Amino acid sequence: MSKLIYLVPLFPLAGFLVNGLGRRFLSRSLVSLVGVGTVLASFLVSLLIFMEVRQPGFQAQVVHFFDFIKAGKVNIPFAFQVDQLSILFLLIITGVGTLIHLYSTAYMHEETPPHFARYFAFLNLFVFSMLLLVLGANYVIMFIGWEGVGLCSYLLIGYWFKNDAYNDAAKKAFVMNRIGDLGFLLAVFWMIARFGSTGFSEVFAQAPEATTAVITGITLLLFLGATGKSAQIPLFTWLPDAMAGPTPVSALIHAATMVTAGIYMVARSHVLFDLAPLTQNTIAVIGLATALIAATIALKQNDIKKVLAYSTVSQLGYMFLGLGVGAYTGAIFHVMTHAFFKALLFLGAGSVIHAMHHEQDIRNMGGLKKYMPVTHWTFLVGCLAIAGIPPFSGFFSKDEILMGAFMKSPVYYALGVAGALMTAFYMFRLYTLTFQGTFRGTEKQASHLHESPSAITIPLVVLAILSVIGGWVGIPEVFMPDAHRLEHFLAPVLSSGVIPGESEGHLSHAFELMLMGGTVLLILGVIIYAWRTFSRYEKSDVPATGLARILENKWYVDEIYEAIIGKPLRALGGFLNSVVEKSGIDGIVNGVGRGVQYAGRQFRLLQSGQVGSYILIMVVATVLFFIIQLFWKP
Amino acid sequence: MPVNYYIFLSVALFCIGIAGVLTRRNAIIIFMCIELMLNAVNILLVAFSKMHHLRALATDAATTVGTEAQLFVFFIMVVAAAEVTVGLAIIVMMYRNIHSVDINFLNRLKH
Amino acid sequence: MTITAILFWFLTVLALLGALMVVSSKNPVHSVLWLIVVFFALSGHYIMMNAQFLAIVNLIVYAGAIMVLFLFVIMLMNMNADSEPQKNQWLKLAGAIAGGALMLVLVAALKDTETRYRSLEGAEGNIGLIEQLGKVLFTDYVLPFEISSVLFLSAMVGAVVLGKKD
Repeated sequence: MSKLIYLVPLFPLAGFLVNGLGRRFLSRSLVSLVGVGTVLASFLVSLLIFMEVRQPGFQAQVVHFFDFIKAGKVNIPFAFQVDQLSILFLLIITGVGTLIHLYSTAYMHEETPPHFARYFAFLNLFVFSMLLLVLGANYVIMFIGWEGVGLCSYLLIGYWFKNDAYNDAAKKAFVMNRIGDLGFLLAVFWMIARFGSTGFSEVFAQAPEATTAVITGITLLLFLGATGKSAQIPLFTWLPDAMAGPTPVSALIHAATMVTAGIYMVARSHVLFDLAPLTQNTIAVIGLATALIAATIALKQNDIKKVLAYSTVSQLGYMFLGLGVGAYTGAIFHVMTHAFFKALLFLGAGSVIHAMHHEQDIRNMGGLKKYMPVTHWTFLVGCLAIAGIPPFSGFFSKDEILMGAFMKSPVYYALGVAGALMTAFYMFRLYTLTFQGTFRGTEKQASHLHESPSAITIPLVVLAILSVIGGWVGIPEVFMPDAHRLEHFLAPVLSSGVIPGESEGHLSHAFELMLMGGTVLLILGVIIYAWRTFSRYEKSDVPATGLARILENKWYVDEIYEAIIGKPLRALGGFLNSVVEKSGIDGIVNGVGRGVQYAGRQFRLLQSGQVGSYILIMVVATVLFFIIQLFWKP
Repeated sequence: MPVNYYIFLSVALFCIGIAGVLTRRNAIIIFMCIELMLNAVNILLVAFSKMHHLRALATDAATTVGTEAQLFVFFIMVVAAAEVTVGLAIIVMMYRNIHSVDINFLNRLKH
Repeated sequence: MTITAILFWFLTVLALLGALMVVSSKNPVHSVLWLIVVFFALSGHYIMMNAQFLAIVNLIVYAGAIMVLFLFVIMLMNMNADSEPQKNQWLKLAGAIAGGALMLVLVAALKDTETRYRSLEGAEGNIGLIEQLGKVLFTDYVLPFEISSVLFLSAMVGAVVLGKKD
């Protein structure tokens, strides 16, 4: 079965080519069929392979296709890695991807056919790149996909390219990603120089022989790459701006593809990261800081998609916290559940935006639950899941990360719980402002409110079901012994990581239950508080002050970056332009011209036009040559 | 007489010719200096012809080595005669046009 | 000093003196006459080197035909007086120095040649006689000989065309 693995990325690539090349000829329904069908086919193939991989005793396979780069001692094959980790990601990407594609057919229906096809072509290319990233059996193939998702995010964020602000957001995403990609690329070069190979198995086999400094350097560079893709401090500001793209694209970026790339890469390279404690601590601290800062920003945002965007950044911070403390399974688990409920939330938000005719400000919403019941209920499920209420999926995965953090340090745990409380607060602020209370929009909008078509609601329902039951594959041992099936499934790949099942043995079950219970109670309290506060929300024009004002302006991060990076760079650019370019390089170029002209004028005097002087010069030169010949003995 | 006496005679004549070409401006005298240089080469050829002939005579009494060099001198004279014909015709033309044979007036190359 | 040595030095001095006078005389007619002296001296050298035919041809072609042509042209132009205005003495000096330097360099280059002491005396050969030269000229070198006749023809035509009043 794993021989069929090449079909998985091939289908979306074919879809991209068909839709991209035939965008002027294909009808809208045909485009939809190709776009959705190819991803669905990938999903089915992935499912087949998954059936084989989940057999006990399955050995990880490297499926070799051809030699990609062969230069000297370095041989980089084009090969795919088939094991539990990659197949899990394949299922998430193609599964959630299929739902998002299906949703897009309804959401993007107002576009003209060529743009509709362009949209689906980019979407398929996005899925293809992500699949390549996940499947690559070495860092170079992974890097191809890594660059591919960066490119596709640029293309899709700037999909409405007639809007300058959207183009700026796309450029911002691209540039931020490039900074991270540079780190990734340097890490790959370093690996080639140190290990002579970029294949996972070769690198991991040789890693213990390398010094800690080398491993720390490589892993820090890899992590820099991950901060770019997965929107961590300091490169997180592109993700909220990426809301410029169509909402399904946001869902795809936030849930199935792109941002999980960093998590996948770190989990895949966990052998290296285990050897570098310094990097692990860095990851944990940065993850935690990102989780908290993004959560605080999300508290005061009023754009429905911005709130979700910052919540994604925050949840990614949790995942990195999990990776940093060695709870790799927990991080992957959270990637999975997050893919379900974040896709659900984004698609729900898209449904709301669709109904509100592209109104995104939650202060102008409210009371939508009676107009769009399916969206309302599924959105509520998503909020409960992300807030971490049992038995919704988010509870299990977040709990596993927090337990891993507690093992490392209670401080991590405490801060993590604080972040979780903020998550619950802003999510229910969002939910309450949108669906509860009374409608605060215009009359015109009110008259148009309606439930979305089935192409939108079906993915919502499917994702809602997944958000509920998705966590049940990883029920901790406290509740049911030996029920953590995900952990057993991933054990062959992540075996050297800290396995929570074993480490939790250090905590007594009673203590663990107490922690969980306390957390859940706190979260419930926050939810009720938020609900009560915001169901009576009235619009007010009083400008925010103090901390709220800082939060509304996102800690002024963009302004700080502008001041410490943007302005000096522009100043340097101005300096280079005015001084180096104008007087330096232009000076040299013009100087050469002037020099030649001057020399020409001077040498012209030699040309007297008299044959006699020419002969004289000739004779003198002849004499010189004779002298050189006579006296210069080599 | 050793052969390099003739070589030096030839060099001296040639360089006098060169100096003449460089110092004089009268086209006809320059022309004569060129003839001088041609003759310097001629005498060199004849001297080498004699030298090789003597060397070959030591082994073969009926040798004809060295004939070619003298034939070359002959051809040089032929070419020189032709050259003089055309060259003097050109000088006459030049005199007819600018009423001088001073080559300093022939500086059209400058413009 | 043998008679050949005396003859050699006499002819050599005569040739060099003649050459210097050609270059330095102010009157072009004198130059032509000195050039004829040089040609006579060189013909003497040819005879000393058993190149009798060349000596005679040299006298007939150069000293006779070509020099008469020169004289004819000079007189046609009425240039018996010195018509050369001396403008730049420095250029003249530079030309003399350049010629001298070339001579120095050539002498320096050639003074140590392998053949420098090879004598040219004795053993009169017969290669310089018209019989031997004619044999070679009309067998091995007949093609260049015929080509040179074409050259003459073209030179003649060229001279006529150039000299034509138009």
